[in-house]
Amino acid sequence: MNVLSQIINGLHIGSIYALVALGYSMVYGIIKLINFAHGEIIMVGAYAVYVMLVLVGTPLWIAVLVSLLFCACMGMLIERVAYRRLRNKNAPRISLLITAIGVSIFLQNLAQTIFSSSGKSFPNVMPQGSIRLGDAEISALTLITLATAAVLMIGLQLLVSKTKMGKAMRAVSEDAGAAKLMGINTNVTITWTFAIGSALASIAALLYSSAYPLVTPYMGSTLGLKAFIAAVLGGIGSVPGAMLGGFLLGIAETLAKGYISSVVADAIVFGILILVLLIRPAGLLGRNVKEKV
Amino acid sequence: MAKLLETENLGIAFGGLRALSDVTLEIGRGEIVGLIGPNGAGKTTVFNLLTDVYMPTEGTITLEGKSIVGKKTYQITRAGIARTFQNIRLFKDISVIDNVKIAMEGDMHYSALAGILRLPSYWREEKAADLRARELLRVVDLEDFADAKAKNLPYGQQRKLEIARALATQPKVLLLDEPAAGMNPTETQELAEMIEKIRKKFDVAILLIEHDMSFVMEICEKLYVLDYGMVIAQGKPEDVRKDPKVIAAYLGGNEDE
Repeated sequence: MNVLSQIINGLHIGSIYALVALGYSMVYGIIKLINFAHGEIIMVGAYAVYVMLVLVGTPLWIAVLVSLLFCACMGMLIERVAYRRLRNKNAPRISLLITAIGVSIFLQNLAQTIFSSSGKSFPNVMPQGSIRLGDAEISALTLITLATAAVLMIGLQLLVSKTKMGKAMRAVSEDAGAAKLMGINTNVTITWTFAIGSALASIAALLYSSAYPLVTPYMGSTLGLKAFIAAVLGGIGSVPGAMLGGFLLGIAETLAKGYISSVVADAIVFGILILVLLIRPAGLLGRNVKEKV
Repeated sequence: MAKLLETENLGIAFGGLRALSDVTLEIGRGEIVGLIGPNGAGKTTVFNLLTDVYMPTEGTITLEGKSIVGKKTYQITRAGIARTFQNIRLFKDISVIDNVKIAMEGDMHYSALAGILRLPSYWREEKAADLRARELLRVVDLEDFADAKAKNLPYGQQRKLEIARALATQPKVLLLDEPAAGMNPTETQELAEMIEKIRKKFDVAILLIEHDMSFVMEICEKLYVLDYGMVIAQGKPEDVRKDPKVIAAYLGGNEDE
């Protein structure tokens, strides 16, 4: 495989990382919580598509829509049931973090109870075929993944920068107390953030499962961890940062697998993360916020 | 003047510490009222109670005859009480005009989908909000800085932006927490004129906390003096300034002014 193909493969997996990383980053930006249950939303989304396509037998678009809505509701439900009370009682951040890990374990075990721990094979629903670009061959799935990710990211960027919800989100993330005093219902804004992040994860789940067609109760943890790293790499809390981090991580990982060794690929990727953070502790696009004393 | 905002026997204790007791205030429609007192007297705490940042332990707060105790902060803002902060709390990394538009959230109704897809409702509401925001910036002389980030404004203008942002919520009562703090005499004079203009233009009552006495004496029609969490004097500025209790509170018992 030549370099171009490797980079295209890197962009493919990277755009999936980026979609998931956005969820981590948005939630962190708004309530300073690393939502470890976010990875499990991917798993939930993948099972939702599986159930609709294989068990119920609906067409793809209905399955995608159901999965999207189910994940969005799941994200909002998690926020409502597990986090909101802690937030309103001003619980220390570590309590929220532990709760998030708890939710993550709960969802994994729930999936295991319902679907058993053996993996389900994900049906092949994406168009086949490929096009040539110079020396590289790009599969239809890669094209679809890249296009979908691009559209979603542009949509999100528009939402955050140009609409009232986006402005409310930025205001809450900067100063929730002042936002309330300007008439913003912060709980609704936070709920929206979870819904949007989870909806993006459900699309990532579909794209990921189409490339690696095995759905298991634990699929969310590795993918979630990588996406979290992408978010940190790009600067957690920053929307463009999450996108950049996702693409960089994907490309670094594919190049390491292709040219060095697939065994140590992860080690190399994590090494890059450590290096970047040593030089830029807030991530590539993150800002170092100095506390005033 | 008709009563707009009233508190009766308002009090709050933080654990064993009694921060305010028996605070009874009355603000009429379109009135400019000053809340003064030495540092730590509880002035900002009054603001925090009026906007339900804290729940009072006793007493009532009514806006246009309706109790607002126990409502959510954002609901109180939408009901008509807006404020600025002693330590400026703008959304620093957001543009000046967006700071103002954020405060209009309560009046905008288009859905998220309409926002992403740019449906007509989005354009209509955003355009109206944009016009209104620019109008507000003109009132506080910030229209030329609409697209700058809030943190890049000089200090005095950040204070003015806080006022514009508070006005964007369409308040009936505007609470200003030390609006003249850190301003030089010229800026303070401009601010006094601006507050007068705002009161007329927006038909809003203003309750302000301020330490600059000449400023307070110039623009306020009524003063309340707080000391150790209690109202020790109230009335017209010229009467309050002669009140021996007020002089004692400010000068620690030394009565030669």
